[in-house]
Amino acid sequence: MSIFLDQTTRVIVQGYTGRIGTFHAKEMIDYGTNVVGGVTPGKGGERHLDRPVFNTVKDAVRDTGAEASVVFVPPPFAADAIMEAADAGIRFCVCVTDGIPAQDMMRVKRYMRRYRKEERMTLTGPNCAGTISPGKAMMGIMPGHIYMQGNVGLIGRSGTLGYEAASQMKAMGIGISTSVGIGGDPINGSAFRDHLERFEQDAETRLVVMIGEIGGPQEAEAAVYARDHMQKPVLAYIAGLTAPRGRTMGHAGAIVTSAGESAAEKVEILRAAGIGIIVRPSEFGNAVAEALARLEA
Amino acid sequence: MDIHEYQAKALLSDFGMPVARGGIAYSPEQAAYRAKELGGDKWVVKAQVHSGARGKAGGIKVCASEDEVMDAANELLGRRLVTNQTGPQGKLVGRLYIEEATQIDREIYLAFVLDRSSERIMCVASASGGMDIEEIAESSPDSIVRVPIEPAVGMQDFQAREIAFALGMEAGQLAEAVKALKACYRAFRDLDATMVEVNPLVVTKDGRIIALDAKMGFDDNALFRRPQISELRDKSQEDPREMNAADRGLSYVGLDGNIGCIINGAGLAMATMDMIKHVGGEPANFLDIGGGASPDRVAKAFNLVLSDQGVYAILVNIFAGINRCDWVAEGVIQAMQKLEVQVPVVVRLSGTNVELGRQILADSDIDLITADTLAEAAEKAVAAAKSYEATLAG
Repeated sequence: MSIFLDQTTRVIVQGYTGRIGTFHAKEMIDYGTNVVGGVTPGKGGERHLDRPVFNTVKDAVRDTGAEASVVFVPPPFAADAIMEAADAGIRFCVCVTDGIPAQDMMRVKRYMRRYRKEERMTLTGPNCAGTISPGKAMMGIMPGHIYMQGNVGLIGRSGTLGYEAASQMKAMGIGISTSVGIGGDPINGSAFRDHLERFEQDAETRLVVMIGEIGGPQEAEAAVYARDHMQKPVLAYIAGLTAPRGRTMGHAGAIVTSAGESAAEKVEILRAAGIGIIVRPSEFGNAVAEALARLEA
Repeated sequence: MDIHEYQAKALLSDFGMPVARGGIAYSPEQAAYRAKELGGDKWVVKAQVHSGARGKAGGIKVCASEDEVMDAANELLGRRLVTNQTGPQGKLVGRLYIEEATQIDREIYLAFVLDRSSERIMCVASASGGMDIEEIAESSPDSIVRVPIEPAVGMQDFQAREIAFALGMEAGQLAEAVKALKACYRAFRDLDATMVEVNPLVVTKDGRIIALDAKMGFDDNALFRRPQISELRDKSQEDPREMNAADRGLSYVGLDGNIGCIINGAGLAMATMDMIKHVGGEPANFLDIGGGASPDRVAKAFNLVLSDQGVYAILVNIFAGINRCDWVAEGVIQAMQKLEVQVPVVVRLSGTNVELGRQILADSDIDLITADTLAEAAEKAVAAAKSYEATLAG
């Protein structure tokens, strides 16, 4: 199963012919992703990477049946690109772009609510590494070979920390059903909670690991959801124990401004909801192995 | 990005927020001249630094003569003001704002923030002004009103009226209060702010509404379309190392520990710092050199971390994805050769071509410590910092 994405999912790339879009589209194709074309306004009708280029997302959806889109459009134009995808009927969108103004994302989120829930696009990111169903397909910028196919669902804000967790797991022979990057911005397309729900329903996923960090209410919201609605075990690590209050730690969203947003507070909230805490970032592999062993017993 | 009180007041005033009359001064003579120009017999001399709680720190002085204004300016200019928000090094007072004194009847707290839970701009207000919002939340939580604004249509008059009534405004003050609230909202929205705080907003003895203090912060990601805001940047208020880093596309936050960190990715950087703490050390900084980790960026990162005299060891932790470990390893070696790094350096590489990367580090004649895992890297860095500190002492 996996969530959102497998080798059959028809994927387009927005910002397809740009330098970054081209590079990563190639990587995605090499991994086995079913990239059916791309969008660059004004270049419709051309061919790129042996696939068609379209002027609009609507054209691409009409001609290719695209269901998913990866956005590599620069920050000033990225919000527009996401809304175009939502309006064209794309179901799953990964926005990799880092540096989108927060108020643009506020408007994107408001815009997406225009659609009925059944027709609404799921957006992950912006400012994320992407989503991968190992062994099947990937949408984003991650190095595919560090992931092993398996039964652990992974949700994280950070790119390289997610890679760290995935490679610790691979080293112990533990694979991943799908890894979803939700991004490091203050306003994300979707939250931990949204993906917990999908992993709970995914037959292939046996447990879920959340990799959170300081700032924002999302980890606490996920804790409540996991406590009330999930049968599958959830483990969590929160980065930023040493982060001072009021300072932005790299990610625009990694800043402690109000109560409940520090790493220590989030750990307490998660623990109280019955979520297994991974205390040290060196213990992703061991902690997941132990949790899987408990499931066997 | 933060700006000064006087700049925030000028911006808010453009949107219709009433403010007291005042002027900026860079010298005691200018300060006295401003007072004369404003007229009256009472002025407030306010140190312009990017920090709240200036009053408690002695940065705001009420003066009753031009001589007193001159004396206050003499005392404040050039001094580093230490508030409970600046850290012990304080912030340099390079400008003063000279304002006519206001006869205050009561103080109100008013702010607009980007609320991450509702994903909207949110008005936060309280009739118990004059202290910061944490203190209000502690002492009179029921007095706080929170009103989220629908982004598609913006703040409506009825919302502003509801807030005004909750703040105890009288019928005669309503129109002015609504105008003030909407001014703050529109400034927030139109200028891509992340925070507008008017604390206090005061009702004067003669019933007028005035922003007595004002603070604004802006979304760095939106500065490309707000050149008029970028112009208000005051570099004297920023940490020189953080500014230096930002100008080179690196993200740096200085801390008090002694282990310098060079890491790619914000999450991995925070996790590595956590790991240092778990094994008994303290990180000297947060530093995200970005996904790429090119030799050039690694060299800049070394320069930056080494500019902190309190660094006794450096931990380099790079997860190479698209950029292979062998390429990163060569970059680290090049940087260390060029810079003649004195303190011990622990390097941990992982990801693509990791064996090749480790081999390159092992084969080089540069003096560095390698580690395979995150835990091992942190332990070695902590031990190296301790022994380096011992050699300094001995």
